Amino acid sequence: MLKSFGGALGRALLGALRDLAPIILVIALFQVLILRQPFPNLLSVLGGLGLVIVGLAFFVVGLDIGLFPLGEALAEEFAAKGSLFLLLLFAFALGAGTTVAEPALIAVTREGAEAVAEAGLIENLPASIERYAFGVRLTVALSVGAAIVLGVFRILRGWPLPVLIIGGYVLVMIMTLFAPQEIVGLAYDSGGVTTSTVTVPLVTALGVGLARTIRGRDPLTDGFGLIALASLTPMVFVMLFGLIVH
Amino acid sequence: MELFVNPALLLLATARDVLPVLGLLVFFQLVVLRRPLPRPGRILFGFVLVLVGMTCFLGGLDLALFPIGRTMALQLAQGAQAGGEVAWTAYGWIYLFAFLVGFSTTIAEPSLIAVAHKAHEASRKAVAPWGLRVAVAVGVAVGITLGTFRIVTGTPLYLYIMAGYAVVIVQTVFAPRMMIPLAYDSGGVTTSTVTVPLVAALGLGLASNVPGRSPVMDGFGLIAFASVFPIISVLGYAQLAQWIAERRSRRRSPSSARP
Repeated sequence: MLKSFGGALGRALLGALRDLAPIILVIALFQVLILRQPFPNLLSVLGGLGLVIVGLAFFVVGLDIGLFPLGEALAEEFAAKGSLFLLLLFAFALGAGTTVAEPALIAVTREGAEAVAEAGLIENLPASIERYAFGVRLTVALSVGAAIVLGVFRILRGWPLPVLIIGGYVLVMIMTLFAPQEIVGLAYDSGGVTTSTVTVPLVTALGVGLARTIRGRDPLTDGFGLIALASLTPMVFVMLFGLIVH
Repeated sequence: MELFVNPALLLLATARDVLPVLGLLVFFQLVVLRRPLPRPGRILFGFVLVLVGMTCFLGGLDLALFPIGRTMALQLAQGAQAGGEVAWTAYGWIYLFAFLVGFSTTIAEPSLIAVAHKAHEASRKAVAPWGLRVAVAVGVAVGITLGTFRIVTGTPLYLYIMAGYAVVIVQTVFAPRMMIPLAYDSGGVTTSTVTVPLVAALGLGLASNVPGRSPVMDGFGLIAFASVFPIISVLGYAQLAQWIAERRSRRRSPSSARP
């Protein structure tokens, strides 16, 4: 087990390095060719990059040997048991649970709360910034949970996705007119942020797996679409959060 | 820098974020479905790795990627101003940077690789993983470039997004039906662990540096661009693929009547 773990970690480290190489290349290129200035704090930047690569590799291996097998075992047992209520409950928990832990969401809500505080909409104190960021994060998590429930229900019923998505877009457009301007950008961004490395593979596997087990559903046409819904609802809910808080 | 002073606090904060996921999965397994945990030791080890990984990742972002994004945007914006021109065309390097950052981060996106793999499998190998990834990356690159253009010119975000939605709605009518859900999904998939921090920092840095822009009003929204434009580019890619396939089959059988 230790040997296979070492191999997996090595591959994950290489993968993380490969994933980040183009970005490092672009930044190095710009620094050397165009800006022609030395990096400020080069040492801490390099150390930080090393931490990001190691962290990403650990994260991926940890998901692979810990959370993914547990999640997959659960999905199979739900399909075997055939209880709609339990499946929808699980869908909500999966959406909300993975989103709360999302590193990208944590980063963006923190930056967003700082920006909102600088504008004077909330008190510029670490405690109130923290509270605001957590409020947005919780809102996003709940809306993603609701989206996955709706999406799973759609797969079961075979509803056409475009109707749901375009209806959602129209709702976003209407909400944009009423929500405080300061939160519109953050709301739009949190739509894209929610669905990242933890959520996407778990949720995609859930959708495609369900579409494959249910008769009359196509994995490609019906299995996809959960992510799209999960990117849409946070925009609506965060704007609603802004309307209520401000 | 304070991260080095207090890594334990960061680890604690991360634990608070990861615990709900593990708790939920274990709860459903043990209490709701009443099944034993498969290989509990391994799962616990994986959980510890996730925890340590997230702590390193978040700490590293604060040390490296966020400052780089901000420094780059700041230096590029200052360079454009030093050129003496204030017209929006003076920001050419920024647009190039935005395009390359959008493209390179998306090509490298792990969750997009996962979805492309899954789509390849679900479509019985009709959807090429590499084609999908390049289509999405082009969409993100164009979207982020337009997004920085918006920050520089200060035009309202919702106009662009609504125009993007309008294009998506029109394309939905004409695009091959089986590709529509995948295209919608690729909007949300693009912006992940690496793209988001860098792009958000670029937007905020640019907005705090370009005269007359406020970080709150203008700094956000880049990720929204990166979520709408891949839908357009993937639908376009599907339409192009369909058009080429139709032309080919028409050429192959010129005698058959057109539908």
